[in-house]
Amino acid sequence: MAIPLAPELRRKRTRERLRTLGFLSPWLVGFTVFFGYPLLATVYFSFMHYNQIQSPTFVGLRNWRYVLEQMPLFGPALWNTLWLVVVMVALRVAFGLGIGLLVTKVKTGAGFFRTAFYLPYLAPPVAATVAFVFLLNPGTGPVNEALSAVGVSAPNWFNDPDWAKPSLVLLSLWGIGDLMVIFMASLLDVPKEQYEAAELDGAGAFAKFRYVTWPSIVPIVMFAVVTGVVQTMQYYTQALVAGKLASGVSIGPGTVIQPGYPDHSTLTVPQLVYSLGFQNFNTGAACVLSLVLFAIAMAVTSLLMRKRAGLLTAED
Amino acid sequence: MPRTHRRAPALLVPLLLCAGLLLSGCANPGRGSADDDPTRPVTLRFWHGWSEKNEVKAVDAAIARFEELHPNIRVKSTGNVSDATVNQALRAGGGDAPDVVSSFTTDNVGQYCSSGMWADLDPFMKKSGLDKEKVFPKTLLSYTSYKGTQCALPLLADAYGLYYNKDAFEKAGITRPPRTMSEFREDAVKLTERTSGGSYKQLGFMPDFRLYQNSPDRLLAQWGPKYFDADGKARLAESPETAEFFTVQRDLIRAQGGYGPLERFRTTFGDEMSSQNAFLTGKLAMHMDGEWRGLMLNEAEPSFRWGTAPMPVPDDRADTYGRGYLTGTVAGIAHSSKHQNAAWELLKFLTADTEQVVAFANAIHNIPSTNAALASPKLDRDPAFRTFLDIAANPRSTGMPPSVNGGQYIVSLRDFSFDVEAGRVHDLAKGLRALDRQIDDDNLQSRN
Repeated sequence: MAIPLAPELRRKRTRERLRTLGFLSPWLVGFTVFFGYPLLATVYFSFMHYNQIQSPTFVGLRNWRYVLEQMPLFGPALWNTLWLVVVMVALRVAFGLGIGLLVTKVKTGAGFFRTAFYLPYLAPPVAATVAFVFLLNPGTGPVNEALSAVGVSAPNWFNDPDWAKPSLVLLSLWGIGDLMVIFMASLLDVPKEQYEAAELDGAGAFAKFRYVTWPSIVPIVMFAVVTGVVQTMQYYTQALVAGKLASGVSIGPGTVIQPGYPDHSTLTVPQLVYSLGFQNFNTGAACVLSLVLFAIAMAVTSLLMRKRAGLLTAED
Repeated sequence: MPRTHRRAPALLVPLLLCAGLLLSGCANPGRGSADDDPTRPVTLRFWHGWSEKNEVKAVDAAIARFEELHPNIRVKSTGNVSDATVNQALRAGGGDAPDVVSSFTTDNVGQYCSSGMWADLDPFMKKSGLDKEKVFPKTLLSYTSYKGTQCALPLLADAYGLYYNKDAFEKAGITRPPRTMSEFREDAVKLTERTSGGSYKQLGFMPDFRLYQNSPDRLLAQWGPKYFDADGKARLAESPETAEFFTVQRDLIRAQGGYGPLERFRTTFGDEMSSQNAFLTGKLAMHMDGEWRGLMLNEAEPSFRWGTAPMPVPDDRADTYGRGYLTGTVAGIAHSSKHQNAAWELLKFLTADTEQVVAFANAIHNIPSTNAALASPKLDRDPAFRTFLDIAANPRSTGMPPSVNGGQYIVSLRDFSFDVEAGRVHDLAKGLRALDRQIDDDNLQSRN
């Protein structure tokens, strides 16, 4: 049974609630307008036929059936996206950590190496991709010319369905500066006394990393993995530019860019969402795909955020 | 009072807000009207895709002529506009949306007509007494309408034919361009020269579908397949021409060294519209392209003599030699235009005025799109261009049939063709049946 509150106390509580709400309101408005509403609208349109000209009409599960059963590009796009999430994120985190360790250990010229590894990250993604496609061109690129000069049979990189995604991973490793900086900062933050104590206990380099460095930087690794997963789920520009340039297909005004060259190996779910939503104006199917992507991103993030995943400690 | 009751109004506010936003999101973009008086002063917005200096100059000259004839109408033109921009702008329905729009591709006409995004032009033609059957060639009319709705009109056309290197032909002992697919294959092999490293110095003909304008729908026009039946169902598997076409294309690939080496050679080609174009640099002895390439070749002055001819046809249909693929720029009136009668005056001038069509065609080296302009003595008589005029006039030349979801079925055909040329389709008949099913599924999904 609820105990009635004194009027004064009730007014005080109301004032407190209003004040809290006032402080929260910018976030609440932003969340509602930029997340809540788009999410609800996406769910709503996933059950509608809507070409963005005529009024939407209810079609039940037709869009869901179309995407999940009839659209042949859904499978390759999902596979490519998940492949990139697993391989690219894992390699970027490992490589970023490796470079971070390297630049914190270097005794001379540390500033030079830190700058050199960070600089590629500043290159605009489109420009960097154009440069990579040029460098890795199987017919005229300097990389293949150099490899064949030393007798190595070079792959077709962005022109080969088996090599296109690894080439994109290579591009992402080149621009590792963002992760290098955060790993470097976290590595420099590990208390030196702990290393000294470990050395006194006779710990070697691996043991020091395993028992001193790793526990200290785990939250940063967690951050890198989660943001990496979310970013890779939205992977769009580099794959689109690389595919378009490597295909050699001319794009004039009026021509629609078909992503995924070669053989849909660089097609990602966000590219498919854009194609469906803003080239074919198949809004319903685009919304279904967005929801699938959202569900996967939520599931992967929740999985990583669980304490049992090993990336969060009891204190986190 | 239980706490849940007190929460209800608090939850109601964001829910109502979301519902309101959701419903407002469904609102249609602004609707236009055809109630305007075209003799009143008005400014029209015209969006088009032309961007080259000579093209923009030709568009400006056309507008100047129009404004002289209609002093009350000012035209503000915007060039280099893609279909994606037009599509998105007309859906957004802003105040600065265009009145008259054009597209470089016929692929999206079905979508424009069926969605109502481009206004139906038949009422305007009726008011003006313009008999479209008499003014425009039949093929061009067919690719500018969808299921009886004429929402676009042809604004110049493009015809595709064969460009060939006369010097290379002479060197290989070939006396005339090939007319049948067997001759084509034979000549392509004769013209192919390899390097000591196993690559190519010169290729007879690059059959790969990703080269420049080589898309399968354009090459397939030499067979003239049936894409859809009367009910709009895809019929590529039932059309024997489709399987024949893929067989010939695979044979051309094999005869010249195989898909892998050809694709690798293709990566050495420069951009299509640049001075590094593979035909211009002598890497290709024969090449399929549109009529505009002639003007570019004249300007580039290549180191070899070149000529034009229709693309070869299947051996068992040698009498159809002279046919080719047709497409072109299309223009229409935006559904959101508030000045549709004035917009019609501009559209009518650009597409149906003989003097204007001839002047524009000569200026940008495109095929004129009216019967009167095609017969005009003022038309450019350059022999290389003449080939394309003849292809355009050939009754067997075809374009792509419009579809409810625009060029989606062409994209599906291209994707399938890429698999075929790479040797990934082992059962062609089965693959074509699956392609038909895919096209039907996509079309069904796009219907309301």
